[in-house]
Amino acid sequence: MKYLTTTLCFFCILVMSAQISAREITLTTELKNYSGDGAYLAIYLTNAEGQYQETLWVAGQKSKYYKHLTGWARASGLRVSEYDGLTGASVSSGKTLSVTLDLADAYIDRGFQLKVDTSVEDMRDNRNDVVVPLTTEGAGKLSAGRGYVKAFTYAF
Amino acid sequence: MLRKFHSWSGLIATLLVVVLSVTGAVLSINPILDRAQAKVAGTSSISVAELTGKLASSYPGIEQIQRSPSGSIIVYFTENGKTGADLINPITGQPIGPYSTSPVMVWFKNLHRSYLLDTPGRVGAAISAFLMLLLTISGAFMLAKRLGSWRQILRPIQGTFRERLHCQVGRVAVLALLLSAITGLTMSAVTFELLPDYQSAEPVFPASVQGDIPASIGTLAALKAIPMNELRELVYPYKDDRNDVYSIITHQGSGFIDQSTGQLLSFQSINNKQKLYEFIYMLHTGEGLWWLGLLLGLGALTVPLMSWTGIQIWWRRKRSITTIKNNTAPRSADTIILVGSEGNSTWGFAKTLHDALNLAGYLVHTMSMNSFVNSALNSYPNVKQLFILTATYGDGDAPASASRFLTQLEQITEVPKFSFAVLGFGDRQFPEFCQYAKEVEATLTAKAWSQLLPLDTINRQSSQEFSRWGNTVGMAMGTDLSLVHIPTQPSCTTLALIERVNYGAKVKAPTAVLRFKLPDGSNTDLPTFEAGDLVGILAPGSKVARFYSLASESKDGILEICVRHHPRGLCSSFLYSLSVGDSIEAFIKPNPSFRPASGKAPIVLIGAGTGIGPLVGFIRHNKSHHPIHLYWGGRCPESDFLYERELNTYLKDKRLTALNAVFSRINERSYVQDKIVLDSSELRGLIGKGAQFLVCGGRDMASSVMLALDEVLKPLGMDVLTLKAQGRYREDVY
Repeated sequence: MKYLTTTLCFFCILVMSAQISAREITLTTELKNYSGDGAYLAIYLTNAEGQYQETLWVAGQKSKYYKHLTGWARASGLRVSEYDGLTGASVSSGKTLSVTLDLADAYIDRGFQLKVDTSVEDMRDNRNDVVVPLTTEGAGKLSAGRGYVKAFTYAF
Repeated sequence: MLRKFHSWSGLIATLLVVVLSVTGAVLSINPILDRAQAKVAGTSSISVAELTGKLASSYPGIEQIQRSPSGSIIVYFTENGKTGADLINPITGQPIGPYSTSPVMVWFKNLHRSYLLDTPGRVGAAISAFLMLLLTISGAFMLAKRLGSWRQILRPIQGTFRERLHCQVGRVAVLALLLSAITGLTMSAVTFELLPDYQSAEPVFPASVQGDIPASIGTLAALKAIPMNELRELVYPYKDDRNDVYSIITHQGSGFIDQSTGQLLSFQSINNKQKLYEFIYMLHTGEGLWWLGLLLGLGALTVPLMSWTGIQIWWRRKRSITTIKNNTAPRSADTIILVGSEGNSTWGFAKTLHDALNLAGYLVHTMSMNSFVNSALNSYPNVKQLFILTATYGDGDAPASASRFLTQLEQITEVPKFSFAVLGFGDRQFPEFCQYAKEVEATLTAKAWSQLLPLDTINRQSSQEFSRWGNTVGMAMGTDLSLVHIPTQPSCTTLALIERVNYGAKVKAPTAVLRFKLPDGSNTDLPTFEAGDLVGILAPGSKVARFYSLASESKDGILEICVRHHPRGLCSSFLYSLSVGDSIEAFIKPNPSFRPASGKAPIVLIGAGTGIGPLVGFIRHNKSHHPIHLYWGGRCPESDFLYERELNTYLKDKRLTALNAVFSRINERSYVQDKIVLDSSELRGLIGKGAQFLVCGGRDMASSVMLALDEVLKPLGMDVLTLKAQGRYREDVY
């Protein structure tokens, strides 16, 4: 009985701490004027070694084109469970994508990285268009992308 | 039915299909542009390793290489944190220039495949492609029907300028349009997953790699084994990621290559479905087959022209139709009027009769003679009387709307309860006056159908005669019937005589070439006409127009006719008496069947007297120098050699190949038919080359010419009827 109570309490604390330790994060991605069709984007999280952790957002509705988001596609294995409920419309040239979601505190300031892969029809695919460390300090700072991304920021 | 379908789908689809085809034509130049900038010669001997080895030093930040179907090579790289792309020479590995996709072409591509409306637009584009397919197929069937059969599909086309343009262009473009529509539809079906997914499986991403120091790319064994012209895409491993690999796509399939050992770690071949899809894609876009792309583009460019001419043809046809109001359903009608008409004028008389009977309380149904025999007699249970109003076409043939009447009538064996009356329309100056009406009457009588009234005839659309017939009909039916037919007079244009050239007074054949123009200060345009069309002229005080063949076309800015003065002829006397400055009232009646057909075959023109008029018109406009041989007969070279000076000019500038003029009132008297027999072997040679004949002149001359030509044709096992059936013998006879 005592054991059960202890377990329950421990579990409650765990759940509460998990609730407390989740934070709202807003990811803002502004695209360049690259003169092409709408871009597909995958925003995901890796550890310091670059190993995939979880998908944060996928812009672009047609899953048959997801393989062009090379880095993310390989890491996530393109399993629907990885991106289910985390997709939206593709982003047109020059437009900004802004998504807000809950992110566990455990990812912040622990060497994890945010990555963005991009792809546009009939144009090149950009693996790691953006790679930024996920830190409290880095919040609100603009990072330039290598490919179609003009500026990427995250804010808590 | 086919025509209705073709017209309506054409009208509905016009705008959509025109956008689709114009954008398609613009996109079709992409492959050739792409090819022009690519240096493709000799790439088969270069391996991927060889080229990438060269690129390693000039592009340290290289990330990806692509080879387009036309052979141009694009290198994608990152330099100072920025991405870029260059077009490179595959032999030297040197940059040709920066590469970027043209935003204009991207826009055209989106307009072409989705009308800039994304998914709903793609559905629209697919529907347009489907309509285009239907239009192409129905159009091809209509053309085959018009020309007789599929075997005769390459026969010369007759008709108005617009009709010829529509048919001719359509005949050339049909294959290109079919291919574009079918391949486009297939691509749409794949997009909308109506066809199974074509994509081959992805190669398995290697679970583990060697992870050693990466080898220099030029030394990788797998890349050495792939020739450059097999490559589609090579993606380099991510910088400083030793666990990453090279991903390669070739024409054979796709796979991954270890960056330290150079081994192919996994490979997935392209399956047949994908090969088929890629082939269809190539056929549609011309990517990798630039010449086909250009041909399809040219084919697509005909679509706006086809739409425009198609709409005009439809509009003209629609305007010339007489609409019958209060047309009772056949089942409840007590009176039926059948119309046999070629040029729609008999429909006007039928309408007058229809309205008068309607007014007298009858339930009337009016239809074409062909529609009548399409149904069984019991479809008309209440009919008491049947009227047949029919013209005659050519030499006693059935007019268009009665073409199937007699043959299908043979199958009706029962004798109906109703009685019939036939009224023939024609022109007494023709020997076969109302011949077809007579034939219909005889056939029905022979079948023992009961007669309401014996055959009557109307000469030259006479309203008086028609009204008299109406009285007879009224008496027979026991009702008062007054038929007042007011012929729809075409709107006339006033023209002024600007020049006349007189001939033939000495040989008692006073003839004049008259040239008319719009009077000064006139704010209307000349009506549109071509040489061979007819001009209707109303002599003052006459209600009936006389028709003359035109020797000029409206583009010349003048209207030219050749008139022989008949002492008792009202209109010819009026015309012959005109002096320069006098004016006439005239309207145009198209005569599209009397035209030289398009093509390179030689043309033989035969005429006598004023029959030279349209023939001179054809020669005058023979700017492409088709071989034209003219046979013409007059009376005396000193007096009535019409157009002598012009014809000699045309001989010199090659518009006319041979001039055979013969005269009947000189010592070596001769007629055209004599000259034809004399030239038998030469004419047979021309016929062997596909020659077509156009004959214009009096009826007697025309029949003599026909007899003479039958003689000429006999050794070839042909006769004039054979030529007529092939559309190679046309007459304008008066």
